[in-house]
Amino acid sequence: MHIRKRYNYTGYLYILPWIIGFLVLQLVPLINSFWYSFTNFQLLGDPKFLGLENYKKIFTADPTFLQSLKVTSYYVLIAVPLKISFALVIAIILNQNIKGINLFRTLYYIPSILGGSVAISVLWKYLFMNQGVVNNLIGIFGIKAVDWLGDPRYALGTISLVTVWQFGSSMLLFLAGLKQIPVSQYEAARIDGAGRMRIFWKITIPELSPIILFNLIMQMINAFQDFTSAFVITQGGPLKSTYLYGLMLYDQGFKFFKMGYSSALSWILFAIILFFTSLTFRSSESWVHYGDSL
Amino acid sequence: MIKRKTPLSRFLSYFFLIALAYIMTYPLLWMIGAAFKSNEEIFGTIGLLPKNPMFGAFAAGWKGTGQYGFSTFLYNTFLMVIPTVLFTAISATLIGYGFARFEFPFKKTLFTIMLSTMMLPATVILIPRYIFFRNLGWLDSYLPFIVPAMLGCFPFFNFMMVQFFRGLPLELDESGKLDGCNSFIILKDLLLPLCKSAIFSVIVFQFVWTWNDFLNVLIYISSVAKYPVALGLRMTMDISTEFDWNQILAMSLISIAPPIVLFFAAQKYFVEGIATTGMKN
Repeated sequence: MHIRKRYNYTGYLYILPWIIGFLVLQLVPLINSFWYSFTNFQLLGDPKFLGLENYKKIFTADPTFLQSLKVTSYYVLIAVPLKISFALVIAIILNQNIKGINLFRTLYYIPSILGGSVAISVLWKYLFMNQGVVNNLIGIFGIKAVDWLGDPRYALGTISLVTVWQFGSSMLLFLAGLKQIPVSQYEAARIDGAGRMRIFWKITIPELSPIILFNLIMQMINAFQDFTSAFVITQGGPLKSTYLYGLMLYDQGFKFFKMGYSSALSWILFAIILFFTSLTFRSSESWVHYGDSL
Repeated sequence: MIKRKTPLSRFLSYFFLIALAYIMTYPLLWMIGAAFKSNEEIFGTIGLLPKNPMFGAFAAGWKGTGQYGFSTFLYNTFLMVIPTVLFTAISATLIGYGFARFEFPFKKTLFTIMLSTMMLPATVILIPRYIFFRNLGWLDSYLPFIVPAMLGCFPFFNFMMVQFFRGLPLELDESGKLDGCNSFIILKDLLLPLCKSAIFSVIVFQFVWTWNDFLNVLIYISSVAKYPVALGLRMTMDISTEFDWNQILAMSLISIAPPIVLFFAAQKYFVEGIATTGMKN
């Protein structure tokens, strides 16, 4: 009807809740947190400006910061790629006219509904205890009991398993993406004599690449901030081997009430996340393929 | 996708999928079994089924050890989750409709801002938000969960609804306009009935997230009388002796039941919702 763009200000009315929410609960807090990070704010009393003091202390005089950064990097590097590649492989297997696909999809997805809960952390703790089921199970195969949660070498891996166990949500996105790939593309490739691996690398991966990128970024942002399982299962121990960044932020802010210091820590985490996401975005130009649909 | 398949590779696929399904669900099956076992049986054996099923753990766990039983925690969780979920669904629908169906100045900019807040780490604004709610006197209440839901502070859901509305034919709106309906009537009577799957997805996701949320309740809720299950469970785990294993597992089981029941009830819409809105960008 009307080709010319006509403004309809009613639109503002509908998005008004978000505008208020964004300003009051996101933008102002963001600015405040930046300001706090340069102060000695401790909940009671007015914040005093310290300049770069907090940041200086974090980088030069806080050994737990380096430890936590190390642990968190390992965690993100182990859990995220494992989770995504697992989700991708399972989605591809499920996409081959499997009978009972709905059942499998549901069973694999259930952990994603529950994974972040305290109940699952409790369960994990019991499963991986010294006299727990996992040790009983591997005992059948003659493997000696492993101190999954008490040994600094294994604890982080055990925590990461909770995360990988929740690959279902990424898998659903991949499945939805696989359904969009036109069958004709596969047929053409097969006529050209392409083998299965070639089809996987030349068609499936490029077609799914936007979804891989999306998953990679969202999972990375989440993993950098993970909290519940490490807090409930190991309390960051043993020897701070599972002391994820989220735990450190919580301790500084809500246990020691060093709100200024914790804010500075959170901005460093923000910078790290920003660095890795932009790195991923930048690299994506060479591997993400956008179809004509965009 | 791949049509000609040898029987062997087909068999291997199924074998793998079934084995994986077993591994994936084993922890949960074990938990269900263990809640009905005696404590000696829980760690002495690896069988999933209890030899002599007993319900004592549920009764004892439900009563709780302190002043407040598990029923209080469960009730509190619903008190917190239900308004949060409802307001999220309402605000996301309105906001999604606003962005998808109207042209107004700075729309693109605002939309881009909304998208970028999806990537804003929640931990950065945790402390100022806490201070803000503290100054309002909202600590130890569920308002820090409900009010952000009213104000559409979950950009992911707003975005989902935008994507969904964009997929609905504009002719619907046009026909409504010809009949003289205003934009709200068009939304309510013409578009909303078609949004079921998307709204169900929002509801399921938000229910599960709020139900499982631990960090925020840990920060905001301090009195045991107001504890949701996440805090109640952790407290039970901390104060109980080693011998209450089956009680804690029984309560864990009860605490994961509502999200699972909701997921199965809404599964049809939910999967559809993901397929249509999840990844159109």
